[in-house]
Amino acid sequence: MRPRIQLLSPELIDRILREAFELLMNPGVRVGSAVVELLQSAGVEVSDGIARLPEELVRQCLASAPRDFYLYNRRGEKAIHYGGDDVHFDPGSCCVQMLDPETLEARPSETRDLVRIVQVTEMLPQFAAQSTAVVCSDACDDAGNHLPNAIGDLYRLLIVLQHSDKPVVTGSFSAAGLEGMIDLLAADSGGAEKLRQQPRAVFDVCPSPPLNWSEFGSHNLLDLARAGVPAEIVSMPLAGGTAPVTLAGSVTQLAAEELAGITLHQLAGAGSPIVWGGAPAIFDMRTGGAPMGAVETAMLNMACAEVGKHLGLPTHGYLVATDSKFVDTQAGAESARSAMLGALAGINMISGAGMLESLACHSVEKLVIDAESIASAQRLVRGIEVRDGESLATGMFAQIGLSGEFLKLKETRSLFRQEQHLPSPVIDRSARGSEPPSDAFARARTRVDELVNKYQKPALSEGVLRKFESIVNREVDKARVAATKAS
Amino acid sequence: MSDELFGAMLQSIVDGAPDKAKELAQEALASGIDPLEAVNRGFAVGIKFAGDQFGCGEMFLPDLLACAEAMKAAIKVLEPEMLKRGSERESLGKIVLGTARGDIHDIGKNLVATILSASGFQIFDLGTSVTPEQFVAKAQEVDADIVGVSALLTTTMAGQKAVIEALDRNGLRPRVKAIIGGAAVTSKWAAEIGADGYSRNAIDALELAKSLMGKVIDKGTASA
Repeated sequence: MRPRIQLLSPELIDRILREAFELLMNPGVRVGSAVVELLQSAGVEVSDGIARLPEELVRQCLASAPRDFYLYNRRGEKAIHYGGDDVHFDPGSCCVQMLDPETLEARPSETRDLVRIVQVTEMLPQFAAQSTAVVCSDACDDAGNHLPNAIGDLYRLLIVLQHSDKPVVTGSFSAAGLEGMIDLLAADSGGAEKLRQQPRAVFDVCPSPPLNWSEFGSHNLLDLARAGVPAEIVSMPLAGGTAPVTLAGSVTQLAAEELAGITLHQLAGAGSPIVWGGAPAIFDMRTGGAPMGAVETAMLNMACAEVGKHLGLPTHGYLVATDSKFVDTQAGAESARSAMLGALAGINMISGAGMLESLACHSVEKLVIDAESIASAQRLVRGIEVRDGESLATGMFAQIGLSGEFLKLKETRSLFRQEQHLPSPVIDRSARGSEPPSDAFARARTRVDELVNKYQKPALSEGVLRKFESIVNREVDKARVAATKAS
Repeated sequence: MSDELFGAMLQSIVDGAPDKAKELAQEALASGIDPLEAVNRGFAVGIKFAGDQFGCGEMFLPDLLACAEAMKAAIKVLEPEMLKRGSERESLGKIVLGTARGDIHDIGKNLVATILSASGFQIFDLGTSVTPEQFVAKAQEVDADIVGVSALLTTTMAGQKAVIEALDRNGLRPRVKAIIGGAAVTSKWAAEIGADGYSRNAIDALELAKSLMGKVIDKGTASA
């Protein structure tokens, strides 16, 4: 039996959806001009930038959205199943600060940081996907010229593709930024059609709470639907700040935002893969921040995924992050707790590992510690297994009587790896010896170095690398022209 | 009698009760109390108390907002009489506020506007996604003392730098002070882009604005 936690009764889910459908008609949803024509041609009334979406239309769009899909790795193998109760993890994204393990200060993140995160993520089986984890403040071309900030999103993806074979969770910074990123992925996959058939990446697309599909978000949804590249709606209600203070109310708002996004997306490309995702959080009434480590934040993520599952959609959430500024006890407690809860809720993709300071700062040391929490969570959801055709205990006693020699049994040797998660040396279970004991952060630093030393960069063909270069050059030129026009 | 009334005024603010504050303001006017005294000895003491309570963790953002709303209700009643008497509440300074270009997140900015306004600053709120040029134009138009730029997203923080550069380009600084805020903003970032100050929350922003007003160069001298 697979352990599972549910927070919502079937009656409450019905009520949440009923009110969400009501919100879609009144007050309606703010939409970008990019989608007005599309909506009007579907018979939707749009006035003053506000669309009122009738339940019947939304239900049609829900029906055309796939119940599941796969992300593929560079070798063209199915690597991630988005659907059912499958649970996967990826590092959080996308911040501009990195915790320096030497000085313990947050400093602007750079290319070397992103490379290190990607290398460690590549080496850890706990992470099914990479993420475009940090902005590279030092992004330069080969000639050493600083790249325009506008293509920071493309640059991140380039670095990840150069260093990883795994699927990628990413996102663009603007409506214009998406095209270059999709081209980059298509170049890597062997063409746009191949990318559509075997998508390597999923793109996060965010509505702005409350109930606002801005120009940028609307545009991205349309472009992704048309390209057939999976979209992941990351709705971010902050309970009490940008959404109703009650957890049930915030889940309702999130549901309305997701339903609106799915409607726009499916109208543009029926059958294109889309994820019911989110980064809901409570609103901290002291700081005005979004506490990602709060248990209520985890509850919101779990409840939102439950509603998505009820509708038969693939799901995503934002957990395994902390509000602490250091890789300390608070970081460990908050991240491990939400990893467990997210896994028990059966969320298909859980983003957030490695992140500190309410998603403002990344730490590669935290990433390897989080990997241990994730492994524990993955173990937990496998539950207590019974081996077919074997007794639970009597068979073993029949062999050794009361001698207590379990360690000698062939069953012990053949089964312990399945029964127990064997942690890396990041987790200290040793007896006190003559050496002074180290703390988890020190062990994590050693582990990061070990993983980076063992990592091997994938070999990309010359042809693909040349295509990457020409796409980046094209986007750099576009960004420079746009910047000149703007000034 | 008036001490009791001033106490009730303070309490109406702390309770975040706009109806009560309005009623007490009307009562003060009816009994001939100087409206400026009603503010300074009554209502404003309540705001100060609420700020202190917030500072030590006893009050929270929704409480603070309610206090500011009550303050607004009282001022609205008292203002016409203050104008008539020529005893207009002394403005602590003029502040232009807005969120950075491309950023539509305005909870923090709105809180700052409410708290600063309730505390006696004149606020010119440009709303969301404001261009550097709009900040400059408004600052020139109203002869602002401080320009405040909010940014939530790491991607729009560059907009704060652009505003500071535009203020410099147009020769408004150092007379006009530039302050920044937002979830991802740090004191380091503030220093890096040459801002005159940064605050983590609305109450700190009030302290920051007050301290900067002490540093605002006398406008007469500056233009001479």
